[in-house]
Amino acid sequence: MNIELREPDVRQTARLKVIDVDLHPKSSVEDLKPYLSKRWWDHLQTFGARTRQGFLKGFPYPKSQPLASRRDSWPPGGGLPASDLDFMRQQYLDLYPIEYAIMNPLSPTGQGDQNDEFSAAMAVAANEFQLDGWNARDPRLLASVVVPYEDGEASRAEIRRRAGDKRFAHVLLKSRTNELLGKRRYWPIYEAAVEAGLPVGLHVFGTSGRPASNTGWPSFYIEDMTEHASCCQAQVASLILEGVFERCPDLKVVMIEAGFAWMPPLGWRMDKHWKTLKAEVPHLKRAPSDYLRQHFWVSTQPMEEAEEPDHLMDTMTWVGWDHIMFASDYPHWDFDDPLLALPPSLADKRRAMVLSENARALYRLD
Amino acid sequence: MAGHVVASVDDIPPGTRKLVEVNGRAIVVFNLGGDFFALNNRCPHRGGGLADGIQTGLVVSKVPGDYCYSRLGEMVKCPWHGWEFDIRTGKSWCDPARLRVRQYPVTVRPGAELVEGPHVAETFPVRVENNYVVVEA
Repeated sequence: MNIELREPDVRQTARLKVIDVDLHPKSSVEDLKPYLSKRWWDHLQTFGARTRQGFLKGFPYPKSQPLASRRDSWPPGGGLPASDLDFMRQQYLDLYPIEYAIMNPLSPTGQGDQNDEFSAAMAVAANEFQLDGWNARDPRLLASVVVPYEDGEASRAEIRRRAGDKRFAHVLLKSRTNELLGKRRYWPIYEAAVEAGLPVGLHVFGTSGRPASNTGWPSFYIEDMTEHASCCQAQVASLILEGVFERCPDLKVVMIEAGFAWMPPLGWRMDKHWKTLKAEVPHLKRAPSDYLRQHFWVSTQPMEEAEEPDHLMDTMTWVGWDHIMFASDYPHWDFDDPLLALPPSLADKRRAMVLSENARALYRLD
Repeated sequence: MAGHVVASVDDIPPGTRKLVEVNGRAIVVFNLGGDFFALNNRCPHRGGGLADGIQTGLVVSKVPGDYCYSRLGEMVKCPWHGWEFDIRTGKSWCDPARLRVRQYPVTVRPGAELVEGPHVAETFPVRVENNYVVVEA
């Protein structure tokens, strides 16, 4: 008598296509072993990963659900959420009209590890496994170029290794870095991304060792989640005001899981100050909000949910309808359903832009 | 609304729940200490299936630092975004006045009464000596 109940509305799925810019496949360190040299495998076994946070096997903040995942996403056959392709197909890829989903692996990837060389070796392994373990088995799953972002030159080398490979959609960074992302130590990443024709995806979280808030460590997970808006504002401002987009005029940055309601007022605020402080940043040729509008894309999940629906629509208009892309965050607990997450009042054309067409254009997908 | 026999009382012991289908609708039936409650298995927020969620209690706080945990197992938490609903009323914890999950009336009837009709148990036999859970939907 127990039944599977969630059948999407077929009238909708018949005409909708979805390109998801944020899916989190799960691998184990054993999955990466074939791609690690004996030297680094032994290192991992002996010393372990050394992220810059205090909990070796846990998160700085307790997640809302185990492994921050939907409780119904644990595969019936065992294993961690999003580790089993067949179950992922059943629960997500085939249940919805998913054309492509961009994988943003979060762990284990070595990103943010204190050992730069180990971080670089893990990035190579994580990228190889995305190809062999996922993309080769389901070509809808596009890979991210995981880079050891605290080491600009090592990151450049890894991006160059993947340049021209259409299975990679973007370069993956996390938002909590050791220094603000506009600093020159990170510029090799942007130069290499442009050289390879890849956007840079900036996904929230990361373990930089710095407090989640710029005034210290908050008490609650709800603060950890809320604070992404302020962290990302600082990162976006840094990228613009340091002149990264004058150095790399073709750089495109995708903000992932950061929300977006904070973005238009950030542009207004920077513009206001720029009018009086231009002399401090003479390398900027245009108003900061111009760079914001031209070089940044946002993803939907988790969208701010305004009490008055029109307010969200206004905000999306200010961000720019051609720069908003759907993200599900599958299998995480704050997953967005492609057929239900967007505001019901969204007109068909805009809905199609957000669900697939903007991503198709940005990532040059057929 | 018609009554549908969805389970034998023994099928849903206290503290457990069961996902059933009534006229194509997925309904989750809970047993809270012998009282039965039926909720639509679809979270009104984004559609998560409540039958996959955990049952938890009610934590309330009058002032910071003062916490009271009560009603163990009487709240169901959506497996997706964690929205909590009072199983006894269907009301959400975050916005009880405006947001609730649909609730269906449930009764426990003796098999002797049911075999006379008008209720129908489509998927299993009803025995005179047992008691059954009937959902009105």
